Amino acid sequence: MQEDFIQLFKETLDIEDKEVQITDQFKTYEEWDSIANLSVIAMIDAEYEVIIENSVFKEIETLQELWEAIEERR
Amino acid sequence: MQRLFSLENKNILVTGASRGIGKSIAIETALQGAQLNIVARDSERLNETREQLHVSKVAHNAILCDLASKDDLDHLVENLEPLDGIVLNAGAVKLAPIAFIKDANIDALFEVNIQSSIRLIQRIVRKRKLKKGASIVFISSIATQKATIGNAVYNATKGAVNSFVKSLALELASKQIRANAILPGFVNTGIIQDSGVSDDQLEAHLKNYPLGRYGKPEDISYLSIYLLSNQSSWMTGTLINLDGGFSLK
Repeated sequence: MQEDFIQLFKETLDIEDKEVQITDQFKTYEEWDSIANLSVIAMIDAEYEVIIENSVFKEIETLQELWEAIEERR
Repeated sequence: MQRLFSLENKNILVTGASRGIGKSIAIETALQGAQLNIVARDSERLNETREQLHVSKVAHNAILCDLASKDDLDHLVENLEPLDGIVLNAGAVKLAPIAFIKDANIDALFEVNIQSSIRLIQRIVRKRKLKKGASIVFISSIATQKATIGNAVYNATKGAVNSFVKSLALELASKQIRANAILPGFVNTGIIQDSGVSDDQLEAHLKNYPLGRYGKPEDISYLSIYLLSNQSSWMTGTLINLDGGFSLK
Protein backbone atom coordinates (compact mmCIF):
# COMPACT_ATOMS: atom_id res chain seq x y z
CA MET A 1 0.00 0.00 0.00
CA GLN A 2 2.77 2.34 0.93
CA GLU A 3 4.49 1.41 -2.36
CA ASP A 4 1.30 2.26 -4.27
CA PHE A 5 1.21 5.60 -2.53
CA ILE A 6 4.79 6.40 -3.49
CA GLN A 7 4.00 5.46 -7.09
CA LEU A 8 0.94 7.73 -7.10
CA PHE A 9 2.99 10.51 -5.58
CA LYS A 10 5.63 10.15 -8.30
CA GLU A 11 2.99 10.18 -11.02
CA THR A 12 1.40 13.28 -9.52
CA LEU A 13 4.67 15.19 -9.63
CA ASP A 14 5.64 13.64 -12.95
CA ILE A 15 8.87 12.30 -11.45
CA GLU A 16 8.57 8.59 -12.27
CA ASP A 17 12.31 8.32 -12.92
CA LYS A 18 13.32 9.84 -9.61
CA GLU A 19 14.51 7.74 -6.65
CA VAL A 20 11.95 8.43 -3.96
CA GLN A 21 12.14 7.10 -0.38
CA ILE A 22 9.36 7.17 2.19
CA THR A 23 11.69 9.12 4.48
CA ASP A 24 12.26 11.90 1.91
CA GLN A 25 11.41 15.47 2.84
CA PHE A 26 9.38 15.91 -0.33
CA LYS A 27 8.86 19.65 -0.03
CA THR A 28 12.60 20.10 -0.62
CA TYR A 29 12.40 18.48 -4.08
CA GLU A 30 13.22 20.90 -6.87
CA GLU A 31 9.93 19.85 -8.50
CA TRP A 32 7.94 21.00 -5.46
CA ASP A 33 5.88 24.16 -6.04
CA SER A 34 2.36 25.48 -5.43
CA ILE A 35 0.94 23.40 -8.29
CA ALA A 36 2.56 20.25 -6.89
CA ASN A 37 1.11 21.16 -3.51
CA LEU A 38 -2.40 21.51 -4.96
CA SER A 39 -1.99 18.34 -7.02
CA VAL A 40 -0.90 16.14 -4.12
CA ILE A 41 -3.82 17.26 -1.95
CA ALA A 42 -6.25 16.66 -4.84
CA MET A 43 -4.67 13.28 -5.64
CA ILE A 44 -5.11 12.14 -2.03
CA ASP A 45 -8.75 13.26 -2.10
CA ALA A 46 -9.40 11.51 -5.43
CA GLU A 47 -7.52 8.27 -4.71
CA TYR A 48 -8.10 7.80 -0.97
CA GLU A 49 -11.25 9.88 -0.31
CA VAL A 50 -9.23 11.70 2.32
CA ILE A 51 -8.98 15.45 2.79
CA ILE A 52 -5.78 16.66 4.42
CA GLU A 53 -6.45 20.04 6.01
CA ASN A 54 -4.10 22.87 5.11
CA SER A 55 -3.01 23.33 8.68
CA VAL A 56 -2.00 19.65 8.84
CA PHE A 57 -0.37 19.54 5.41
CA LYS A 58 1.73 22.56 6.28
CA GLU A 59 3.37 20.70 9.18
CA ILE A 60 4.07 17.52 7.24
CA GLU A 61 7.67 17.10 6.07
CA THR A 62 8.21 13.50 4.97
CA LEU A 63 6.26 11.11 2.78
CA GLN A 64 6.02 8.84 5.82
CA GLU A 65 4.18 11.54 7.76
CA LEU A 66 1.92 12.20 4.78
CA TRP A 67 1.11 8.49 4.48
CA GLU A 68 0.36 8.30 8.21
CA ALA A 69 -1.98 11.31 7.89
CA ILE A 70 -3.85 9.51 5.12
CA GLU A 71 -4.05 6.28 7.13
CA GLU A 72 -5.40 8.12 10.16
CA ARG A 73 -8.22 9.62 8.09
CA ARG A 74 -9.33 6.57 6.11
CA MET B 1 -30.08 65.43 -0.07
CA GLN B 2 -30.88 62.68 -2.60
CA ARG B 3 -30.05 59.08 -1.84
CA LEU B 4 -29.02 57.96 -5.30
CA PHE B 5 -29.06 54.16 -5.02
CA SER B 6 -31.99 53.69 -2.68
CA LEU B 7 -33.65 50.27 -2.44
CA GLU B 8 -36.58 51.66 -0.47
CA ASN B 9 -39.69 49.45 -0.72
CA LYS B 10 -37.90 46.86 -2.84
CA ASN B 11 -38.51 43.19 -2.06
CA ILE B 12 -35.26 41.32 -2.66
CA LEU B 13 -34.19 37.66 -2.55
CA VAL B 14 -30.59 36.74 -1.74
CA THR B 15 -29.34 33.14 -1.93
CA GLY B 16 -26.34 31.87 0.03
CA ALA B 17 -26.99 34.66 2.51
CA SER B 18 -25.68 33.03 5.67
CA ARG B 19 -22.03 33.95 5.20
CA GLY B 20 -19.40 35.69 3.13
CA ILE B 21 -20.47 37.76 0.13
CA GLY B 22 -24.15 36.82 0.40
CA LYS B 23 -24.31 37.88 4.03
CA SER B 24 -22.70 41.21 3.21
CA ILE B 25 -25.11 41.77 0.30
CA ALA B 26 -28.05 41.12 2.63
CA ILE B 27 -26.75 43.52 5.26
CA GLU B 28 -25.87 46.33 2.85
CA THR B 29 -29.07 46.12 0.77
CA ALA B 30 -31.14 46.20 3.98
CA LEU B 31 -29.29 49.39 4.92
CA GLN B 32 -30.51 50.90 1.65
CA GLY B 33 -34.09 50.21 2.68
CA ALA B 34 -34.79 46.86 1.02
CA GLN B 35 -36.98 44.17 2.48
CA LEU B 36 -34.99 40.94 2.34
CA ASN B 37 -35.80 37.30 1.78
CA ILE B 38 -32.58 35.56 2.74
CA VAL B 39 -32.04 31.93 1.83
CA ALA B 40 -29.50 29.36 3.01
CA ARG B 41 -29.23 25.82 4.39
CA ASP B 42 -27.78 26.53 7.83
CA SER B 43 -30.51 27.83 10.14
CA GLU B 44 -28.20 29.07 12.88
CA ARG B 45 -26.03 31.15 10.58
CA LEU B 46 -29.04 32.33 8.57
CA ASN B 47 -30.76 33.61 11.71
CA GLU B 48 -27.53 35.32 12.75
CA THR B 49 -27.58 37.17 9.42
CA ARG B 50 -31.23 38.14 9.85
CA GLU B 51 -30.52 39.59 13.28
CA GLN B 52 -27.92 41.85 11.71
CA LEU B 53 -30.27 43.26 9.07
CA HIS B 54 -31.47 46.83 9.44
CA VAL B 55 -35.26 46.88 9.52
CA SER B 56 -36.82 49.93 7.84
CA LYS B 57 -40.51 49.04 7.51
CA VAL B 58 -41.33 45.35 7.19
CA ALA B 59 -39.58 42.43 8.89
CA HIS B 60 -37.15 40.40 6.83
CA ASN B 61 -37.73 36.74 6.00
CA ALA B 62 -35.14 34.05 6.66
CA ILE B 63 -36.00 30.97 4.61
CA LEU B 64 -34.31 27.62 5.04
CA CYS B 65 -33.86 26.07 1.63
CA ASP B 66 -31.58 23.51 0.04
CA LEU B 67 -31.37 24.92 -3.48
CA ALA B 68 -30.47 21.45 -4.78
CA SER B 69 -33.89 20.19 -3.70
CA LYS B 70 -36.65 20.72 -6.26
CA ASP B 71 -39.29 20.45 -3.54
CA ASP B 72 -37.55 23.13 -1.49
CA LEU B 73 -37.44 25.36 -4.58
CA ASP B 74 -41.15 24.86 -5.26
CA HIS B 75 -41.96 25.70 -1.65
CA LEU B 76 -39.68 28.74 -1.63
CA VAL B 77 -41.14 30.22 -4.81
CA GLU B 78 -44.74 29.48 -3.83
CA ASN B 79 -44.37 31.55 -0.67
CA LEU B 80 -42.53 34.53 -2.14
CA GLU B 81 -44.19 37.90 -2.53
CA PRO B 82 -43.45 39.42 -5.97
CA LEU B 83 -39.82 40.47 -6.15
CA ASP B 84 -38.03 43.64 -7.23
CA GLY B 85 -34.65 41.98 -7.16
CA ILE B 86 -32.77 38.69 -6.87
CA VAL B 87 -29.11 38.09 -6.03
CA LEU B 88 -27.98 34.58 -6.95
CA ASN B 89 -24.94 34.21 -4.81
CA ALA B 90 -24.96 30.62 -3.50
CA GLY B 91 -21.90 28.80 -4.77
CA ALA B 92 -19.05 26.46 -4.03
CA VAL B 93 -15.39 26.04 -4.97
CA LYS B 94 -13.31 22.87 -5.10
CA LEU B 95 -9.79 23.03 -6.42
CA ALA B 96 -8.22 20.13 -8.28
CA PRO B 97 -5.95 19.81 -11.30
CA ILE B 98 -7.81 18.17 -14.19
CA ALA B 99 -6.21 14.76 -13.61
CA PHE B 100 -7.68 14.59 -10.11
CA ILE B 101 -11.17 15.99 -10.65
CA LYS B 102 -13.67 13.75 -8.86
CA ASP B 103 -16.94 12.87 -10.60
CA ALA B 104 -18.85 13.77 -7.44
CA ASN B 105 -17.31 17.24 -7.40
CA ILE B 106 -18.26 17.91 -11.01
CA ASP B 107 -21.88 17.15 -10.15
CA ALA B 108 -21.78 19.10 -6.88
CA LEU B 109 -20.25 22.25 -8.37
CA PHE B 110 -22.53 22.33 -11.42
CA GLU B 111 -25.52 21.75 -9.15
CA VAL B 112 -24.90 24.58 -6.71
CA ASN B 113 -23.21 27.05 -9.07
CA ILE B 114 -25.58 26.96 -12.03
CA GLN B 115 -28.24 24.23 -12.18
CA SER B 116 -30.01 25.29 -9.00
CA SER B 117 -29.99 28.92 -10.19
CA ILE B 118 -31.57 27.97 -13.51
CA ARG B 119 -34.26 25.95 -11.71
CA LEU B 120 -34.96 28.76 -9.27
CA ILE B 121 -35.21 31.41 -12.00
CA GLN B 122 -37.40 29.13 -14.13
CA ARG B 123 -39.86 28.76 -11.26
CA ILE B 124 -39.83 32.45 -10.39
CA VAL B 125 -40.48 33.46 -13.99
CA ARG B 126 -43.13 30.77 -14.48
CA LYS B 127 -44.97 31.78 -11.31
CA ARG B 128 -44.73 35.46 -12.26
CA LYS B 129 -42.96 36.43 -9.09
CA LEU B 130 -40.93 39.21 -10.69
CA LYS B 131 -42.32 42.71 -10.89
CA LYS B 132 -41.89 44.85 -13.97
CA GLY B 133 -38.55 46.63 -13.67
CA ALA B 134 -37.00 43.94 -11.48
CA SER B 135 -33.27 43.26 -11.51
CA ILE B 136 -31.50 39.89 -11.30
CA VAL B 137 -27.85 39.83 -10.23
CA PHE B 138 -25.65 36.75 -10.59
CA ILE B 139 -22.41 36.46 -8.66
CA SER B 140 -20.11 34.88 -11.25
CA SER B 141 -16.30 35.00 -11.19
CA ILE B 142 -13.35 36.68 -12.84
CA ALA B 143 -12.05 33.12 -13.23
CA THR B 144 -14.15 33.00 -16.41
CA GLN B 145 -11.95 35.71 -17.92
CA LYS B 146 -8.59 34.65 -16.53
CA ALA B 147 -7.82 31.00 -15.84
CA THR B 148 -5.96 29.75 -12.79
CA ILE B 149 -4.66 26.24 -12.22
CA GLY B 150 -6.90 23.80 -10.40
CA ASN B 151 -10.05 25.75 -11.15
CA ALA B 152 -11.30 24.12 -14.37
CA VAL B 153 -14.64 22.80 -13.13
CA TYR B 154 -15.45 25.93 -11.17
CA ASN B 155 -14.58 28.06 -14.22
CA ALA B 156 -16.83 25.93 -16.40
CA THR B 157 -19.76 26.38 -14.00
CA LYS B 158 -19.29 30.14 -13.92
CA GLY B 159 -18.91 30.24 -17.71
CA ALA B 160 -22.33 28.63 -17.82
CA VAL B 161 -23.61 31.35 -15.50
CA ASN B 162 -22.31 34.06 -17.84
CA SER B 163 -24.03 32.50 -20.84
CA PHE B 164 -27.28 31.98 -18.97
CA VAL B 165 -27.35 35.62 -17.84
CA LYS B 166 -27.24 36.84 -21.43
CA SER B 167 -30.11 34.61 -22.58
CA LEU B 168 -32.13 35.52 -19.51
CA ALA B 169 -31.55 39.23 -20.08
CA LEU B 170 -32.74 38.93 -23.67
CA GLU B 171 -35.85 36.93 -22.80
CA LEU B 172 -36.98 39.19 -19.97
CA ALA B 173 -36.15 42.54 -21.55
CA SER B 174 -39.66 43.03 -22.90
CA LYS B 175 -40.89 43.08 -19.29
CA GLN B 176 -38.23 45.62 -18.34
CA ILE B 177 -36.65 42.94 -16.18
CA ARG B 178 -32.85 43.05 -16.23
CA ALA B 179 -30.16 40.44 -15.59
CA ASN B 180 -26.45 41.11 -15.08
CA ALA B 181 -23.48 39.30 -13.60
CA ILE B 182 -20.73 40.53 -11.32
CA LEU B 183 -17.36 38.84 -11.92
CA PRO B 184 -15.43 39.29 -8.69
CA GLY B 185 -11.76 38.65 -8.25
CA PHE B 186 -10.67 36.88 -5.11
CA VAL B 187 -12.66 37.85 -2.02
CA ASN B 188 -11.29 36.38 1.16
CA THR B 189 -14.26 34.80 2.89
CA GLY B 190 -12.63 31.56 4.00
CA ILE B 191 -14.30 29.49 1.27
CA ILE B 192 -11.04 28.91 -0.63
CA GLN B 193 -9.06 27.76 2.40
CA ASP B 194 -11.55 24.95 2.87
CA SER B 195 -10.66 23.91 -0.65
CA GLY B 196 -6.92 23.34 -0.30
CA VAL B 197 -5.23 26.73 -0.66
CA SER B 198 -2.79 27.75 2.06
CA ASP B 199 -2.37 31.20 3.58
CA ASP B 200 1.16 31.35 2.13
CA GLN B 201 -0.19 30.74 -1.37
CA LEU B 202 -2.81 33.43 -0.89
CA GLU B 203 -0.16 35.90 0.21
CA ALA B 204 1.97 35.11 -2.84
CA HIS B 205 -1.02 35.44 -5.20
CA LEU B 206 -1.68 38.98 -3.98
CA LYS B 207 1.06 40.35 -6.24
CA ASN B 208 -1.30 39.69 -9.17
CA TYR B 209 -3.68 42.38 -7.89
CA PRO B 210 -2.59 45.83 -9.12
CA LEU B 211 -4.68 47.65 -6.51
CA GLY B 212 -2.73 45.77 -3.85
CA ARG B 213 -5.51 44.03 -1.99
CA TYR B 214 -8.06 41.27 -2.35
CA GLY B 215 -11.75 42.09 -2.46
CA LYS B 216 -13.89 42.63 0.59
CA PRO B 217 -17.46 41.30 0.61
CA GLU B 218 -18.69 44.92 0.70
CA ASP B 219 -17.02 45.63 -2.64
CA ILE B 220 -19.42 43.14 -4.20
CA SER B 221 -22.36 44.43 -2.16
CA TYR B 222 -21.97 48.01 -3.38
CA LEU B 223 -22.08 47.00 -7.05
CA SER B 224 -25.05 44.73 -6.27
CA ILE B 225 -26.87 47.73 -4.78
CA TYR B 226 -26.28 49.71 -7.97
CA LEU B 227 -27.52 46.84 -10.14
CA LEU B 228 -30.61 46.37 -7.95
CA SER B 229 -31.42 50.08 -7.95
CA ASN B 230 -33.48 51.98 -10.51
CA GLN B 231 -30.36 53.91 -11.51
CA SER B 232 -29.09 50.93 -13.51
CA SER B 233 -32.33 50.59 -15.48
CA TRP B 234 -30.53 50.74 -18.85
CA MET B 235 -28.03 48.02 -17.98
CA THR B 236 -28.80 44.42 -18.88
CA GLY B 237 -26.94 41.32 -20.07
CA THR B 238 -23.57 42.64 -18.94
CA LEU B 239 -20.71 40.82 -17.25
CA ILE B 240 -18.91 43.27 -14.99
CA ASN B 241 -15.34 42.68 -13.85
CA LEU B 242 -14.82 43.70 -10.22
CA ASP B 243 -11.34 42.52 -9.44
CA GLY B 244 -8.90 45.17 -8.22
CA GLY B 245 -7.28 45.06 -11.66
CA PHE B 246 -6.48 41.32 -11.56
CA SER B 247 -7.62 40.77 -15.14
CA LEU B 248 -5.39 43.59 -16.45
CA LYS B 249 -2.14 41.70 -15.98
